[in-house]
Amino acid sequence: MGTNDNDVWEKTQASPEFQALKKRFRNYAFPVAALSLVWYFLYVILTGFAREWMNTKLFGHITIAFMMGVFQFVTTFVIAWAYDNHSTKHLDDESDKIARKVEQELGK
Amino acid sequence: MDSTTLSTVLFLAFVAITLFIVWRASQTNKKTTDFYDGGASFSGFQNGLAIAGDYMSAASFLGIAGTIALFGYDGFLYSIGFLVAWLVALLLIAEPLRNSGRFTMGDVLAFRMRQVPVRTAAAVSTLVVSIFYLMAQMVGAGALVSLLLGITEPGQKNLIIVGVGVLMILYVTIGGMKGTTYVQILKAFLLMTGAALLTILVLMKFNFNISELLGAASENSGKGEAFLQPGLKFGKDIVDVTTGNIDPVKTLWSKLDLISLGLALVLGTAGLPHILIRFYTVPTSKAARKSVNWAIGNIGAFYLMTIALGFGAAAFISRASLLRGFKVDANGCFIDAKGVAIAAGDNACLNADSLKTLDADTLATVKLALQPVDTSGNVAAPQLAEFLGGGHGTTGGAVMIAIIGAIAFATILAVVAGLVLASSSSFAHDLYASVIKKGNASPEKEVRVAKIAAIVIGAVSIFLAIGAQTLNVAFLVAIAFAIAASGNLPAVLYSLFWKKFNTRGAVWAIYGGLFSALVLLVLSPNVTGLPTSLIPLGLDGTGFRMDVFPLANPGIVSIPLGFIFGWLGTVTSNEKNSAKYAELEVRSMTGAALGKAAVH
Repeated sequence: MGTNDNDVWEKTQASPEFQALKKRFRNYAFPVAALSLVWYFLYVILTGFAREWMNTKLFGHITIAFMMGVFQFVTTFVIAWAYDNHSTKHLDDESDKIARKVEQELGK
Repeated sequence: MDSTTLSTVLFLAFVAITLFIVWRASQTNKKTTDFYDGGASFSGFQNGLAIAGDYMSAASFLGIAGTIALFGYDGFLYSIGFLVAWLVALLLIAEPLRNSGRFTMGDVLAFRMRQVPVRTAAAVSTLVVSIFYLMAQMVGAGALVSLLLGITEPGQKNLIIVGVGVLMILYVTIGGMKGTTYVQILKAFLLMTGAALLTILVLMKFNFNISELLGAASENSGKGEAFLQPGLKFGKDIVDVTTGNIDPVKTLWSKLDLISLGLALVLGTAGLPHILIRFYTVPTSKAARKSVNWAIGNIGAFYLMTIALGFGAAAFISRASLLRGFKVDANGCFIDAKGVAIAAGDNACLNADSLKTLDADTLATVKLALQPVDTSGNVAAPQLAEFLGGGHGTTGGAVMIAIIGAIAFATILAVVAGLVLASSSSFAHDLYASVIKKGNASPEKEVRVAKIAAIVIGAVSIFLAIGAQTLNVAFLVAIAFAIAASGNLPAVLYSLFWKKFNTRGAVWAIYGGLFSALVLLVLSPNVTGLPTSLIPLGLDGTGFRMDVFPLANPGIVSIPLGFIFGWLGTVTSNEKNSAKYAELEVRSMTGAALGKAAVH
């Protein structure tokens, strides 16, 4: 890999388009990952330390703990779908554009 | 035809079909390096199924259903961590990893670092995690066989472990990644179909009313309401034997242990090498994202179905039979795992009532025959299948137990093949090609080494699994997850997202996390201090003990330590390579020059 190639990578990294793409990715992925972990551990901590409340019956034999567990599945599905949607709409085209440009310059 | 014969026939059919598929796959391999990534040509959907097939081990299928059947709610709680973990893989790891690596976890870790130390660390960690996980699966295979087929002779059990080992070596050496992927796809399909069939049959008994299913389960479990509440297995309230009150300190430890387990599950998945290399089998980061989403759909649906399987088993199968491996036939008589009636004196049919009429001596012999064989509930799913098919002794019951037994074997085979592939790839690509040959090995030579490594790793794990048969499967899986979360995950995350991260940081993160997890495990009640430990404490409370760390799961301490070691190593070293980081960042975000190897 020559110095020329290094220039291409560094120039691209410094470009406003790339910085905007990186920011758009991180501003979505980082907080969503953090929030889903917080939500999961909130559930685990409640099952450990707030048992009485978690054992409150909602209807029949279904308790808050059971519903919250099922809700963890629902939120996981929704987050996965939403992230894919976000990437398709806001990240894929832009990252492809930058990739093609980089490949063109590397080919020189 | 009894269920054992039918199960064997079905399993042999699976072996024959998969060996044919693997051989066909090997015919379509184009490049030598297809061994590692299957030509990177799978679709997101195919890879999603393969990920599910790679991830859902027998510990998931039989273990979680069994944990729910015995401990109710806590088994369900356990399954959730295994699913939520995929969000970390989806949001932070899958796409950048696909874009910046080629064949192994070491590719990404060593991208901007000095090759020799980082690739060595990556290979060591890959081998340690994969071998612990392999041992868990193979010990599980031996246990499963003895329970399903009523084999108790150690020689026959060992033969099964050897058989599983030989098959996984064949899959990997003949089919490489492509063959292994097809086996995993087929297994995922069979597992989902089998689970769906059982789920529908269970729910039909309750008119699809979940609340009624839960009610019946809690009633039959003998635990009452507690069966539907957290606390029977994880984060228990510990009662002080002398005062009869809850011991606040021990109870707190027990609850922290629950959180520690949750941390290892949620953060370990995205650090398991055999999962990470699956992201390389698709052509683009977009396909990697789609494959994780398909995997989340499959895995989530499967764990939701285990609710029906586990609570269904609790509702229909007696607790005695779930726990002990002995069963009750249609007339209420006790039969052993082989289906032979347990007789005593002139009682041809021994049941719960006739136990009371026995004299002390006969009772003692009978009790020996009724001893717990399995306290983890691993046979809950097969027992439920037998019941749903019509019960013991019926054709329907035999067919169902045979099908579920064969699916369980298929499950184990697909997972162990993935593990052998990950570890042999890392040995050849990280250790042999980059460390020993300093990058001067031809791809042909590298793949030949990978195949030899697959045979050696397979042989070693057969040997270890035969020796480790008394170890708890869940414990071995927990070790693998704890090491992956403590060493691999910090290193991968820092590599992808932290500009300053460098060689010393990567090496310290991996070894620091790995050794913290291992040392804490050795100093935990898993190894000494309890009657159930590896080196058991005598019943009189005396014996060797070094359990200074009170938690069974090290994650809550070792995962932060992995991150701290990575940070400390980085800031105490002056090395940095901004040009390579620019390349890594642009590649990982955009997929530029994908397929064109980065020259190190």
